[in-house]
Amino acid sequence: MKLKYILPILFIALMSTSCSTDESNDDPQIVNEVDGLIRIHDIINDTHTIELYSKTGNFSTGYNAISMRLMDNTTNLYVEDASITWLPMMQMPTMQHSSPRSSIAKSLGKDTVYEGYIVYQMTGMDGSGWSLTIDYSIADMVYTATESITVTQAENQNVTSFMADDGSNYVIAMIEPSAPKIAINNLKVGLFRMESMMSFPIVEDYTIALDPRMPGMDNHTSSNNTDLSYSAADTMYHADLSLTMTGYWVLNLKLLNTMDEVLKGEDVTDDNNQSSLYLELEF
Amino acid sequence: MKHFIICCFGLLLSGLMCAQQQKSDTLNSIKKDTTKLDEITVVGRRKLSNYRQEKTLSSVDDFLEKANKITMIKRGNYAWEPSINNMNSQRLTVTIDGMQIFGACTDKMDPITSYVDVSNLEKVSVGSGQSGTENGHCVGGGLDLKLPETKFYESGLKTSIDLGYETNGNYRTAGLELEYSGNKFYIKTDGIFRKSDNYDSGRNQDVLYSQFEKYNSSTQVGYKLTENHKLEANVIYDKATDIGYPALPMDVSLAEAIITSVTHNYSNDSTFFKSLESKLYFNTITHVMDDSKRPVVAIRMDMPGWSNTYGFYSKAAIAFKNHELSFNLNGFYNRSLAEMTMYPNDSNQPEMFMYTWPDIRTLYSGFYVKDRYSINEKESLTASLRLGYHHNRIAKDVGLESLQIFYPEIEDSKNRFLTSMAADYSFKQKAYDVSFGLGYGERAPSVSEGYGFFLFNSFDNFDYIGNPTLNNEKAIEANIKANYHFNKFHIGLESSYFHIMDYIIGNIDPSLNAMTIGANGVKVYNALSHATIFDVYLNSSYRFSKSLSINGTVGYNYGKGSNDENLPLIKPFSYLAEVGYNISRFNAAIQLEGNGNQSNYNSFYGEDETPQFAVLNLNLGNTFYTKENKIILKYGVDNMLDTNYSTYADWNNIPRQGRNFYLNLSYVIR
Repeated sequence: MKLKYILPILFIALMSTSCSTDESNDDPQIVNEVDGLIRIHDIINDTHTIELYSKTGNFSTGYNAISMRLMDNTTNLYVEDASITWLPMMQMPTMQHSSPRSSIAKSLGKDTVYEGYIVYQMTGMDGSGWSLTIDYSIADMVYTATESITVTQAENQNVTSFMADDGSNYVIAMIEPSAPKIAINNLKVGLFRMESMMSFPIVEDYTIALDPRMPGMDNHTSSNNTDLSYSAADTMYHADLSLTMTGYWVLNLKLLNTMDEVLKGEDVTDDNNQSSLYLELEF
Repeated sequence: MKHFIICCFGLLLSGLMCAQQQKSDTLNSIKKDTTKLDEITVVGRRKLSNYRQEKTLSSVDDFLEKANKITMIKRGNYAWEPSINNMNSQRLTVTIDGMQIFGACTDKMDPITSYVDVSNLEKVSVGSGQSGTENGHCVGGGLDLKLPETKFYESGLKTSIDLGYETNGNYRTAGLELEYSGNKFYIKTDGIFRKSDNYDSGRNQDVLYSQFEKYNSSTQVGYKLTENHKLEANVIYDKATDIGYPALPMDVSLAEAIITSVTHNYSNDSTFFKSLESKLYFNTITHVMDDSKRPVVAIRMDMPGWSNTYGFYSKAAIAFKNHELSFNLNGFYNRSLAEMTMYPNDSNQPEMFMYTWPDIRTLYSGFYVKDRYSINEKESLTASLRLGYHHNRIAKDVGLESLQIFYPEIEDSKNRFLTSMAADYSFKQKAYDVSFGLGYGERAPSVSEGYGFFLFNSFDNFDYIGNPTLNNEKAIEANIKANYHFNKFHIGLESSYFHIMDYIIGNIDPSLNAMTIGANGVKVYNALSHATIFDVYLNSSYRFSKSLSINGTVGYNYGKGSNDENLPLIKPFSYLAEVGYNISRFNAAIQLEGNGNQSNYNSFYGEDETPQFAVLNLNLGNTFYTKENKIILKYGVDNMLDTNYSTYADWNNIPRQGRNFYLNLSYVIR
C-alpha cells in the first residue's frame, strides 16, 4: 500500500536530481579552463603571473605536456591574445644548453589556456639546474619572465639523448602510453636532433626499431609489436607496443635513418641482453 | 556431412517415437560389483558404499582407476585427472550428481573428482563417448559422481567409523559417518580426514613434494513432504592443504570447494510422469598454487584461481508401451578467473601481474532426451539427443585487451550451438549379448583452450595460449560390445572408435616468445583436421568353484592425428590378471597388472618411451559380526615386489608408489 506511493515519489526525485546536475554542467559561468590540471609553478614578473599546469603538477625528466595561463597582475584577468615563446635552459658548470620543445599555441576550444611541451633530457642532483624563460607579447608590447624551476628525475628512463654514428646528437622521448595496460598499447615517441645547444628540431621519416623485453622474466618479449614510424600528422613516431603483463619493461630501440642505415642501437640476442639505445616503462 | 548425420539421427529418433510394438522388458541389469574390472558397461555404474572394494577407504581416484576405460593421469599423489577413452578433462563431462562444476586451476591440478570423497558418494556413473551426454556435451565420455539418495526406512541411527593406515607415505585416514533415517526425515553427515607424507617409490626412493592433507565433510538432509514428494539439501565442504605436485614446478597451498544443492523429487508409478527431479545448485572453488616450499625456482610466483558455478536441472522420466523416455533440461552459469603474480628477483622491479583466465563467463542451457525402446524380449534400441546453447564472454576489459594482443579481431563474446546424439542397438540372450552403437557429438573448447593466457605446461615445457576462434570439436563414434557366457567361462569384448574432427591441440607458434623462464616456446591451441582414437578391451573370467575365480583383461589403445603423429597420453598395451577367493566372511585376491612398452609416444607433447612394467598386489578382507555391529577389515600389500616404475600417465615420469602395506578398519554400529 505504502510502497505504491513511495515508488513514484522516489522515481520523480531521482529524475529531478539528474536533471538539475545536467543544467549545472551546461552553465558557461562556472567552466574552469584548467579543470583536471594541477598547477606546477607560477612565474611572476612586474606585470603578469604566468601559471604553469600539467596533469601531474610537476616537471620531471622526459616529455612534459604543459598548459599555461597569463594573469594580468593589476586586473586579475587572464590574457586571451598573447603570443608566447619559451626557452628552457640547463645551467651546467662549463656550459649551458636548452632542450627539445614545441611552439606554444592556444588550447583548442579554450580562451585563456595556452599549451605546448618540453622534453627535459636530464636534471641536476636535487632537481636543480633548469630555468624557464617565457617571452610574450600582448598588443605589440613585449614582456619577459624568467625563473628557475625544479625538474625531478623520473623513475624510469623515458628519455634518452645520445650521439649516433652519423656524428649528430639525438633525443628520443616517450610520450605515450601514459597509462600502459596489458594490451596492444599505442606507443608514441618524439625524435629530435640537437642542431646546436639551443635548437632541437624534429627529425622526420626515420625509423626506430622496437623490441620490448622484460629483464625480470629472462628477457621475455611480446608479439605483434611494430617498429616506430613517422607520422606527418603530429610529427611524432608511432608503433604498436604489446605488453603481456604488468611490471618492468625495457623498450630496446634501434635508430635507422631514411637510408635504413643503423645510427644507434643493436639487436637483442642471447649474448646481448639490451640495446645501447632503450627506454624503460613500468606499470 | 554434419547435416547429413544430424538428419539421419533425427529420422532414427522420430522412427523410435512412432514405433509401437508390444513387449515389456526388464531394465538392463546393472552390475554393482567393485572388485572386478570388467564391469564398466557402455553406461556403467559402480557402487561405492558396499565395502566390497579392496580398500574401504580408497580415494575416489583409486576407485576410478579400477575401471576399464578410465585411466588416471597423475601429477602427484593427489588430485588425479580422469581420462576416458584416452581423452581427459576438456573432452569429458564430469558432474557431481548432475551438477556442473569446474576446476579453478589453469594447470588441471584440481579435477572435479578431487573435491569429493568416497564418503560423499553412492556410485559413479560412467558413460563412454556419446552415452555420457546426459548432463553435458562431451567427446570422450561422461562421469557422474552420484550422491546417495535419501532413504526413509525408519531404520534409526547408524554410525560407522573408518580408520586406515598405509606404511608408504605414513598415510593416515579417519572417517566418521552418522546416518539417521526416520519416517519423514533423513539426515546423513560424514567427515573424513586424510594425510600423507612423501611416498617412497620402488626401492625406497623418497618422492619429494608428494605429501597432501585433506578434510572433507558433507551433510545431506531429506524431508518427505508427502508420499510422492520429497525435498533434499546437500552440502559438501572439501578442503585440501599442503598438496605437493612432484611432477610440477609448483605446489598447492589451498584447494577448497563448497558444493551445495537443493533438490525436489517427485515420483509416482501410477502417473504419466514416473519421476520428476529438479535441482538448484551453487558451487565455488578456490585454488591457490604457490611455490613457497620449493627451495630453488627461477622466479617466485602466486597463481590463485576461482571458479563459481550456478545451475539447475530438471529431469523427468516417462514410460509408456515399450518406451522408457527420460528428459533433462539443464543450464549453468560459470565464472572462471585465474591470475598470476610474479615477484622479480631484482627487488627494485615491480611485481608482474597477468590474468591467466581473464574472467571468462560461460552460460549454457540445453535439453536432453533419451528413449529406450524394447523391440522384443531380446532386442532393444536406445537413442539420445542433446541440444545446447553455449555462450562465452570475457568479462574483464583487461582480459579482452590482453587476448587482443594475439587476436586483434576478437570480440568479448562468442556463441556456439552444440549437438550430441547417439543410437545403440542391443541384443541379449542367455548365452551371449551384443550391442552396437553410433554417435555424433560436439564440444566447445574449454576455458584454457579458448582463453588461457600463457599457461605453462610442464609436460612439454611450453607456454600455451588459448584461441578464442577455435571451432567446435566434433566426433563420430562407433562402439561394439559383446559378451559370451559358457558355463563357468565368460569372455567379453568391448571396443570404441572415434573419428574426431577439428581435434583441439597445441601447435608451436615460433613467432611467440615464451613467458615462463626456461620454457621452450609458445604453443597456441589449434585444431588438427582430424584425429582417430581406438580402444579395445578383452575381458575373461573363469569360475573354478563358488569361491575361487580367475579373471583377466587385456587392452589396446591407439590414437593418431591427421598429421600422422601419435596423439599424446594414449595408453599402451595393458593387462591385468586376478585370482580371487571369496567366502562369506573372508576374501583374498592376488593381482598382476602391467603395461607394455609405450612405443607409440609423441615427443612433441613431452612424452618419451615409458618402459613396460608389471606389479603384483595382494589384498585380503575379513568381516566380523557381533550382536548388532559389524567390523570390516581390509588389508594387503600394493606393489609386493617393490618395483620402481612409472606409467605413460605419470606426468614427467614421476615414479609410482613402491611397496605399501595397508590396513583399513570399518566399524559399523546400528
